[in-house]
Amino acid sequence: MVAQDAHDPHGNDPHAHAIHAHAAPTSFIRKYIFSLDHKVIGLQYYFLALAAVFVGMFLSLLMRIHMIWPTANLPLIGEIKPETYLSLLTMHGTIMVFFVLTTAPQGGFGNYFLPIQIGAPDMAFPVLNMLSFWTTFIAFMVILAAFFVTGGAPLHGWTGYAPLSALQSAGPGEQLGADLWITSIAIFCVASLMGALNFITTVLDLRAKGMTMMRMPLTVWAWFITAILGLLAFGVLLSAGILLLLDRNLGTSFYVPLVVVNGQIMGHKGGSPLLWQHLFWFFGHPEVYIAILPGMGVASQLLSTFSRKPIFGYKAMVYALMGIGFLGFMVWGHHMFMSGMSPYSAFAFSIMTMAIGVPSAIKTFNWLGTIRGGRVRFQTPMLYAIGFVSLFVSGGLSGPFLAQPVLDIPLHDTAFVVGHFHLIMGVAAIFGMFAATYYWFPKMFGRMMNEKWGRVHFFLTLAGTYAIFMPMHYLGMAGQPRRYSQFTELAYLQHLIPLNRFMTYAAFVTIAAQFIFVINLFWSMFKGPKASDNPWEATTLEWTTATPPPHDNFGGRTPVVYHGPYEYSVTGAPKDYVMQNDPATVTSH
Amino acid sequence: MADSPIAVEHHNPALKHHFANMEQQREASSLGMWLFLATEIMFFGGMFCAYLIYRYWYFPDFAAASKSLDITLGAVNTAVLICSSLTVVMAVRAAQLGKRQEQVVYLALTLVLGLAFLGIKGVEWTSKFKEHHIPGPTFNFEGSVPGHPDQPVDQHHAQLFFSLYFAMTGMHALHMIIGVGIFSYLLYHAWKGKYTPEYHTPLENSGLYWHFVDIVWIYLFPLLYLIDRKK
Repeated sequence: MVAQDAHDPHGNDPHAHAIHAHAAPTSFIRKYIFSLDHKVIGLQYYFLALAAVFVGMFLSLLMRIHMIWPTANLPLIGEIKPETYLSLLTMHGTIMVFFVLTTAPQGGFGNYFLPIQIGAPDMAFPVLNMLSFWTTFIAFMVILAAFFVTGGAPLHGWTGYAPLSALQSAGPGEQLGADLWITSIAIFCVASLMGALNFITTVLDLRAKGMTMMRMPLTVWAWFITAILGLLAFGVLLSAGILLLLDRNLGTSFYVPLVVVNGQIMGHKGGSPLLWQHLFWFFGHPEVYIAILPGMGVASQLLSTFSRKPIFGYKAMVYALMGIGFLGFMVWGHHMFMSGMSPYSAFAFSIMTMAIGVPSAIKTFNWLGTIRGGRVRFQTPMLYAIGFVSLFVSGGLSGPFLAQPVLDIPLHDTAFVVGHFHLIMGVAAIFGMFAATYYWFPKMFGRMMNEKWGRVHFFLTLAGTYAIFMPMHYLGMAGQPRRYSQFTELAYLQHLIPLNRFMTYAAFVTIAAQFIFVINLFWSMFKGPKASDNPWEATTLEWTTATPPPHDNFGGRTPVVYHGPYEYSVTGAPKDYVMQNDPATVTSH
Repeated sequence: MADSPIAVEHHNPALKHHFANMEQQREASSLGMWLFLATEIMFFGGMFCAYLIYRYWYFPDFAAASKSLDITLGAVNTAVLICSSLTVVMAVRAAQLGKRQEQVVYLALTLVLGLAFLGIKGVEWTSKFKEHHIPGPTFNFEGSVPGHPDQPVDQHHAQLFFSLYFAMTGMHALHMIIGVGIFSYLLYHAWKGKYTPEYHTPLENSGLYWHFVDIVWIYLFPLLYLIDRKK
């Protein structure tokens, strides 16, 4: 591919000027720290998320240990007290949802590959892009600081329900720690808003010639829809968070009804905790899709590439993404069936929630249709893409159960819900990230990751995560409550202890497997075999440029697009795939 | 491959390297601004939602508390802001026509009007402070429900009104302060002659921002000051 680029006229004067204008920065700080290059920013997001996921994972391990050995005296940490358990739970959820599931798929891979896949030299607003990463970084530092202040990290869960989150005296972690938590979330909102508007503008205004909306790779579609969701959701969380800070520190009571803490009447009254829940979940439900949509895009891209078949139903996939995004804003109330709600509202929210099953099923069947009859290449990225579909189905099937108020009310505060959302939002999205990492690693670092250890990592992670989260459905139905720091004392749960023990062992194995991944990642960065420019024989624009891509992405040329994104096994074409910018004369579908 | 080399047109110094031409750059900036305003609508939307619910629940108390606001100052401020939106439009027009001096005059007028708004708002807030209408331990609201002289206002519900009043006008004032900063910057560069008929996107976009902040006030004024002004 690159050899053909030599035909591009490099000699003429205006062109030389263009190359000069695209010169990469030379100082270390402008190049790697405060870089304006979307590729460097993408990697910064990725490594931030990688650090965050290890923090979050460590917290979850402590929780699993505490569940089966509640009185264990851990080295350095000591015995985990009930309030510490709640802090662990809060920080695990918050760090994972915001700094991993929102940061890596969108900020990381989206930043790196969205401009290249649409043939743009950079994001529309490079300075804003840099600011949005560094704002995210500050938010992460602020939330980590909550561990180290007096009283420790907050106890109110990642959902921050008032009045627990709104009163300083509600618990040890609800002092400075909770203020830091809210501040961090508010900063994160600002960062995400900057990122979202940058993504949308880039997609709408910076596409290369010939890259019509319906020729965009499904990854781009997914990042685009995700950005729209973020654009509309984060502003609401920001204002909700500011009101919460006012309640905590300036004596207002937006969210606080008459509350008595330790026999003392607090000076708040008149507010409603339900207001917080509505505002939070108006953000919180779209956030679920913010986490999972990029994974859907990656799965679509990979299933098509590695099955050597066009994606089944491209347009249906696009409309399904839109449908999921749209419905995602209509269903926040299904998180609040337990909180008290008019039965008519509950009915409406329930119907809308089950309606999401339709676009989700369209996607699932199209994925399966894509694999069917294909010449499937089972390389590591493909394994993860299949794993994504598997987890999406397993996690998704319990969705219609929880969407019904009559079933949700007994199940809501049990481990059933924990199993449901971990499979679909947590692990499926993480599998999307793993798939993306193995797939794009050669483009990002110019070397291949180790295939054998990639497979070992895949099978251990797949088996491990199923072993942790599948039993939670059973535990939930058997009545094991969520968010309880201790349950081993309760007689009716005695028979569940062995299963819990098994899940903790599975957690140990799964977490150990992640070290295989990290070692593979860093080892391959320096020692992996050199990658060609298009090792997977894929069709989208990032595979037409050098490895790693130059500062302006295409080395002084602008791609012109003549083909859709997934033209594999084209009859009459010289190879079994047609690149998006191959001349129009190549036979097309 | 059938790719084309980058076409470089007449090169305006304001053209950033990753845009193909000025037209694309202008479009992208303008779209970015509109999207930003969409996030702002959602941001204020959260607070308007809170207002809606509590006004519905505690209407009599809200009406009583609303009556204590100074309607004259509020109306004057509304007029001031509408005028400032006009001067912004005139400044953009002057830039389109290449009239530097007019541009500078209108931007300066916008700044003066913006500062006047903030000054009047400050006067209002000071009197609220003196009357103990600031939410918190010292809050105190004397009065009765409109139409029912023997029914005193619920302190907590009145406090909610003032919480919303300060949160919403406070956030609005913060936007005004940022606007004043932006317009000082624009004034300086307009003075230097940076904005020409070919390149005045910053002026246009800042104008959009200013109009948005203006519109927020157009909603805040009736919602907070004019709840129930019968009698």
